[in-house]
Amino acid sequence: MLDALTAIFEALPYLLKGAIATSGIVIGAMGLGLVMGVHMAVGQVYGNRAVRWFVGLYVWFFRGVPVLVLLFLFYFGLFAIVGLNLSAFTASILVLGMTTAAYQSQIFRGAILSLPKGQLQAARALGMSDIKAIISIILPQALRFSIPGWSNEYSIILKDSALAFVLGTSEIMARSHFVASRTYHHLPLYITAGCLYFLLTWIGVRALLKLEAKVRIPGYSQ
Amino acid sequence: MDTIFFTDQLIPALNRGLVMSIKLIIPSGLIGLMLGIVIGTLRTFGHSAVRKAANGYATLFRGTPLVVQLFLLYFGLPNLGIYLDAYTAAVVGFILCSGAYHSEYIRGSLLSIKKGQFLAAQSMGFSTFKTMCSIIVPQAVRRALPGCGNEIIYLIKYSSLAYIITCIELTGEGKMIATRTFRYTEVFMVIGFYYLVLVTMASFVLQKLEVRLKIPGFGKA
Amino acid sequence: MTKPKKPILRVENICKILGGKEILKSVSLSLNKGELKVLIGPSGAGKSTLLQCINFLIPPDKGRVWLEETEIQNRKKRDLYAFRQQVGMIFQDFNLFDHLNALENVAIALRKVKKMSRQAARDHAVAELERVGLGDKITLYPAELSGGQKQRVSIARALAMEPKIMLLDEPTSALDPELIGEVLSVIRDLAQGGMTMILATHQIGFTRSLADEVLFMENGRIIEQGSPKDLLSPDACSRSWDFCSRLNELHEEGV
Ligand SMILES: Nc1ncnc2c1ncn2[C@@H]1O[C@H](COP(=O)(O)OP(=O)(O)OP(=O)(O)O)[C@@H](O)[C@H]1O
Ligand SMILES: [Mg+2]
Repeated sequence: MLDALTAIFEALPYLLKGAIATSGIVIGAMGLGLVMGVHMAVGQVYGNRAVRWFVGLYVWFFRGVPVLVLLFLFYFGLFAIVGLNLSAFTASILVLGMTTAAYQSQIFRGAILSLPKGQLQAARALGMSDIKAIISIILPQALRFSIPGWSNEYSIILKDSALAFVLGTSEIMARSHFVASRTYHHLPLYITAGCLYFLLTWIGVRALLKLEAKVRIPGYSQ
Repeated sequence: MDTIFFTDQLIPALNRGLVMSIKLIIPSGLIGLMLGIVIGTLRTFGHSAVRKAANGYATLFRGTPLVVQLFLLYFGLPNLGIYLDAYTAAVVGFILCSGAYHSEYIRGSLLSIKKGQFLAAQSMGFSTFKTMCSIIVPQAVRRALPGCGNEIIYLIKYSSLAYIITCIELTGEGKMIATRTFRYTEVFMVIGFYYLVLVTMASFVLQKLEVRLKIPGFGKA
Repeated sequence: MTKPKKPILRVENICKILGGKEILKSVSLSLNKGELKVLIGPSGAGKSTLLQCINFLIPPDKGRVWLEETEIQNRKKRDLYAFRQQVGMIFQDFNLFDHLNALENVAIALRKVKKMSRQAARDHAVAELERVGLGDKITLYPAELSGGQKQRVSIARALAMEPKIMLLDEPTSALDPELIGEVLSVIRDLAQGGMTMILATHQIGFTRSLADEVLFMENGRIIEQGSPKDLLSPDACSRSWDFCSRLNELHEEGV
């Protein structure tokens, strides 16, 4: 019992560095997913048939293949084929980002579709181009409504980021596994890892709740 | 492209892995769902201590990565003198994790049933048990189906994690061949295709089921 | 009007405390066969609570209930279920089973509680739905019915159990004004057909023309009771008249 606690205590700074790496992966992936996801959602709602078809295919692929398989496929296969020589850390961000983009696009798409039709018409009636109307009228509303879904996606990607250790990314999971296999204190170390993930989930979800309250428009909700 | 590699090496190995994957998915899916129903019901109707415990379980397993849970079961439990083989550890992990997620949907669907439904049934002399069977469960199932269905799809994909704790299934078989032959792209493309087929088939079945059970006033318009 | 003497339902000294508040303060009433008693009173008086206490949907803290000389032992589940089968209940917000169509809503208790065969339950249910004028709506689900139609299904559902008495808790107050009439006319037919009923309502015109007795409830007590003629006329100087005339000022009534 005591040496278990000592093991945790000694490993903690090392694991916390892993938590920074984990946070980096998650923030990077969520950011990439946001940018890609918004474009894909707009494409899927307003785009022509080819765009819609392409986005549909993308979403089907990334939602149907396990993250683990995607990590291997891109890191050991596809990235090398296109001549990218990426670190495990960067590759993890890209793969998780592309995956969450598929899910995020569907969150944004749902939000866009839930807006009343009159919004776009009113903007057009004021002489806005479609692009301008989407950017300044549709998205500001749709993104607000997407925050709960986005928060959910955050906690999923945070948990998925633990898989990055199979590529050798030095995040929480990799570090706790490393210490555990050297000290044989598997149980306490994985519990600590679990706690760190739990904490990161909590912090992120709280922050997003704050954000939601902050950008809330009085009297306007779904 | 040499087809021999595919027909003689890759496909047989992957098919072997697929069998293992299915052996992981089916019991985990079924028992996980049953656990979710029990936990979800306890979280909704249980007495306060039971409810707190069930909520705690759900929060814990939904708040931590599945890998961590699997590692705890497979590498961690031996510290307490409990040894699970890889297959058992994987199935137990999948059950506990998906049970927690299912319980969330079950709870939501039970909470969405109005109190009047109980009252009306009781007022006609339904026993509590009959009210459950004839009124509550049929409604709850329909409300929970989309969420629980999604969870089953997640389980299909996350069954790939079993390989990390040395239970060699679809992903594991493929990974070994890829490492040996360095043909990562082809191998993982084919594995991806296997999962796509599984997931697409499962979604199709679930959609059919949803249509089959569809009733005006339930689920999406 | 001459009515048989023996009460079919007797309720004595029902008390109920909810949320630390005395909602029912020793309420008693009795009901003869074929009688329609109307329960009126301001919102929060305890009308719903009383009706639900009578068939133990809310177990009363104190008090006794007899149906035809047998006292209901609400401890004995089996007796309680048997009792409830003989007491039809109509709710303000219908409470149709949302996953069953009109026909199944009426048939389910026949099959599951009365153990009738599928076919017999079906035939009986169709007959009951025709009786409330919904013979052409039997395959529709609650989500596809109007409020008035839903309430009529729920009446058919209660009638199908062939209850000895019916408790109706503001059956028309969740309805749009133009739909109230269709439900009231079903209840009128029932009353004229000799059904024994307790009806909580704010429909004064209806009460005046059909009630055998009016019970005025306030703050968990029945404070006035008597014939509609005695209570609901301007020269009665009753609390009931006071209350009703204020209601009438608020909205003009159809029936
Ligand atoms: N579960 C409960 N806990 C606490 N108070 C309750 C509960 N149920 C009802 N009450 C209170 O009991 C009082 C009587 O309620 P009841 O529904 O019987 O009134 P009512 O006469 O039917 O009124 P209405 O005409 O509005 O239907 C109300 O003040 C209500 O707030
Ligand atoms: Mg009421």
